[in-house]
Amino acid sequence: MIPAIEVRAVNKSFGNVEIIRNLNLRIEKGERHAVIGPNGAGKSTTFNLISGYLAPTSGDVLLNGQVVSGLPPFEINRRGLSRSFQLTNVFARMTVWDNVRCAVLWASGQRYAFWKSMDDLQDVNERTIRILEDIHLAARRDVIAGLLPYAEQRALEIGITVAGGSDVIILDEPTAGMSRAETDRAMALIKRLTEERTLVIVEHDMNVVFGLADRISVLVYGEIIASGTPAEIRNDPRVKEAYLGQEAVDA
Amino acid sequence: MLELVIISALNGVLYGLLLFLMASGLTVVFSMLGVLNFAHAGFYMLGAFFGFQISKWFGFWWALLLAPIIVGLIGAAVERFALRDIHRSGHVAELLFTFGLAYVIEEVVQIVWGKDPVDYRGPPSLDFPAFSIFSTNYPSYKVFMFAISVAIFVALLIVIKRSRIGLVVQASLTHPQMVAHLGHNVGLVFTLVFGVGIGLAALAGVIAGPILQTQSNMAASLIALLFVIIVVGGLGSLAGAFVASLLIGLIQTFAVSLDGSLASLFGPLSPDAPQFLIRNIWTVTIAQVAPIIPYALLILVLILRPMGLFGTRET
Amino acid sequence: MTELVSSAPMSRAVPGARLRFYAAWGMVAVLLAAFPSIFTSASSLTTFSLVGTAIIFALSYNILLGQTGLLSFGHAVYYGIGAFFAVHTMNLIPQYGLPVPLPLVPLIGGVAGLLLAILTGWISTRRAGTVFSMISLGVAELAVALALILTDFFGGEDGISTNRTKLPAWFGWHFGPQVQVYYLVAFWVFVSALAMYALTRTPLGKICNAVRDNPERVQFVGYDPHIVRYLAFCFAGLFAGIAGALAAISFESANFTDLGWVKSGAVIFSTYIGGTSIFAGPIVGAIFFVYLSLSLSDYTSVWQLYFGLLFILVVRYAPGGIGGTLLMHRMPFRVGGLGRILRTYAIAAVPTLMLVGGFVLAVETIVHHTVNANEDPRIKAFGVSFDASSPMTWIVAGLLMLIGYFVGRLTWRGVTRAWDDARTIASERGIPS
Repeated sequence: MIPAIEVRAVNKSFGNVEIIRNLNLRIEKGERHAVIGPNGAGKSTTFNLISGYLAPTSGDVLLNGQVVSGLPPFEINRRGLSRSFQLTNVFARMTVWDNVRCAVLWASGQRYAFWKSMDDLQDVNERTIRILEDIHLAARRDVIAGLLPYAEQRALEIGITVAGGSDVIILDEPTAGMSRAETDRAMALIKRLTEERTLVIVEHDMNVVFGLADRISVLVYGEIIASGTPAEIRNDPRVKEAYLGQEAVDA
Repeated sequence: MLELVIISALNGVLYGLLLFLMASGLTVVFSMLGVLNFAHAGFYMLGAFFGFQISKWFGFWWALLLAPIIVGLIGAAVERFALRDIHRSGHVAELLFTFGLAYVIEEVVQIVWGKDPVDYRGPPSLDFPAFSIFSTNYPSYKVFMFAISVAIFVALLIVIKRSRIGLVVQASLTHPQMVAHLGHNVGLVFTLVFGVGIGLAALAGVIAGPILQTQSNMAASLIALLFVIIVVGGLGSLAGAFVASLLIGLIQTFAVSLDGSLASLFGPLSPDAPQFLIRNIWTVTIAQVAPIIPYALLILVLILRPMGLFGTRET
Repeated sequence: MTELVSSAPMSRAVPGARLRFYAAWGMVAVLLAAFPSIFTSASSLTTFSLVGTAIIFALSYNILLGQTGLLSFGHAVYYGIGAFFAVHTMNLIPQYGLPVPLPLVPLIGGVAGLLLAILTGWISTRRAGTVFSMISLGVAELAVALALILTDFFGGEDGISTNRTKLPAWFGWHFGPQVQVYYLVAFWVFVSALAMYALTRTPLGKICNAVRDNPERVQFVGYDPHIVRYLAFCFAGLFAGIAGALAAISFESANFTDLGWVKSGAVIFSTYIGGTSIFAGPIVGAIFFVYLSLSLSDYTSVWQLYFGLLFILVVRYAPGGIGGTLLMHRMPFRVGGLGRILRTYAIAAVPTLMLVGGFVLAVETIVHHTVNANEDPRIKAFGVSFDASSPMTWIVAGLLMLIGYFVGRLTWRGVTRAWDDARTIASERGIPS
């Protein structure tokens, strides 16, 4: 079977600094895959390489068997990959409703249409209503996104990411800065929204990682040192060594 | 012909150095503070007019010392009391603010000194020919301008390469997003850099005023030229700004001194040929095309090399 | 964000919203049609032609600035090219006996603006932000310099003139009388404004807003921000061209200054002062700008200075412009704090006016001494007479400014407090500000 994402021998350096070294990663379709690792291990860079935000110095990234590295982000998105951001990255001066509508537009085939009224696009509006209900923001639809409380902005961030219906969803620390209760709600939300899709997630919160992931990869200093099921990772001596002194694995 | 080439080359390099005095401040401020100062040429003009006024009252040498300091202080005040607050409203608001400022400076200059050129002269002590090339006497005032420009250039180089602030400036040129993490003193550094940048522009005004026309419209056309220089040189590249300044200074100076046109090359347009517009293109001289060349260069660079000649970041 | 002030967003298919939409635009149409019966003088109709042209031009500029977040310093290039193509068309039609009536000429101007935008836009819109602004200024300088060289087309310093009455009649109208020109302009104002409003409600219009807010994120929902900016740029060029053609019809001439930086500056001022965040903002700004430029010059010789200062103050203290600032008061109105805020405004207005009055007195006195030094020192500005040579004037101006500044600071604190309280109440009740 063709994997959803395949990273083949990818290197990335900024100037003389190697951030990612010979990265190999295979994520099957429908899998929920978590990438963990200490700060500065290159997790966000890995995401940026996969989503087209950065181009690899060498090596290939494949999405559903097609090489996508080097393509601009919108091309990769059109091929079925959508990502969220670690720092909230919404359309700050637009309403919640318009934020989600914009995220639905391309996937609904509207392209750059300037001859149709948004209000007549039944398909777009219905999909938007569904997404808003999914992320529990239906009541906040007319609020300007930049004025939402933090947790709701994070929910909107996830909503924008899944709205286009991409098969592959990658989330960059979706629960960063959330309280315990908010994290639990966000986890349930992510689980529900990514059913039957491929999910790749970077997360520091080990509860979230072990609660969500089918498989886990551990990234340390730009290299994958271990990849496997949660149980395998928990017992991997190299992982324990990398996380030595951190209570994370015990959690 | 050789005479023309040498004189034009000298004048071109001189003009280029003047442009660099302005462009260097503009590009450093842009990289560090993220502010593209539309009023930069306005401060150059203020420098020229302050220079004119002070040299009328106290003599040229006082003007050379005081005008850049006064204008630099005005610039620092603008950064401290206005731009810093507007920064929160985003880049568009900042650019609009400096745009309005440029407009107000021009109006104020018109009110105080009128629309006609003022009679701004260099010091009498420099009013003699320095040397002659063939039959042309090269004025010593221009030699003095050379000396000042080169001295400032060398001083700037030393400050940037050797001092702590210079290191901060260097870092900000290559990694603009890093400046935010420089610690609590960053506000003072910003004000200082902005003030010095403005002061350099004013200095250019003081020394250029006597040989170029000191007039209330001298800023408006210059700012576009400065934008061309920093884009063509490459955003955040001082070396690029230097090369682009010289390039544009030389091109402009040489073009202005050339009278050639398609007509002089191929003979007059035959009366059978289509006349409309073709006639204009056929008879226009290179000197008349001179104002276009920098902008044509800008578009060419944007198509062929979007990061500019020396840039590392794509424009 | 971009709805017309009077009509609510039609985000759901609410029949009431659609009705309000038609009611609002129907009212605009009726007002435009009735205007000549109310203001019958030729001069007020001429003024309207100026205002109408300025409105289309400002709205077209706001497609860039307000909708897409692009600050152009050279928008007049597309206005000017529209004007020149209109003038040449108006000269060619009678010359070749073409059956094209005057009301279609603005379309030619629009197409000219559009074609030029298609040509220059691709490179200019590759990047947003400051780089876009710099390039737009470069293109503008290039256009003006070219216009002065290509004298066959642009007529050099004198420009090109035409005669609008020489075109074939349109249902008996020759567009000699001002009222006929008025209806022509009014028609195009209505059509263009409606079209530009409709544009904000289309997928492209929405994505323009998204590109303005966050070009990076737009890429991750499938859109190429470059193409979005390019399309917005082309539309802005189209409507700017229409505006330029209408100006050419009103003045029966076009001049290279139509492309130039004064014109570009004027549209930046009027659009921004009117307010870029709501659709009607540029309309308010255009009316305000034309009115001020026509009337202020009667009161003071340095009105451009005051206008520039006003612009700076708006950028500094009221970045929403007139429209945005008015709209900001919806929140205190809803929580019931508006009365108190208005009272604090009234109090703050007194010292603020003193400050402004003192400043104006000082400026006018300086102007007298620098510009008209040899004339009678008893001068008049804004209808107030004073003696510019008397030291009393300086003392009065100084006192007004000092008192105005220090008292003003205190009273504006009251304004801030009233706003803070209103915001607190609003956030407690969950009303968005």
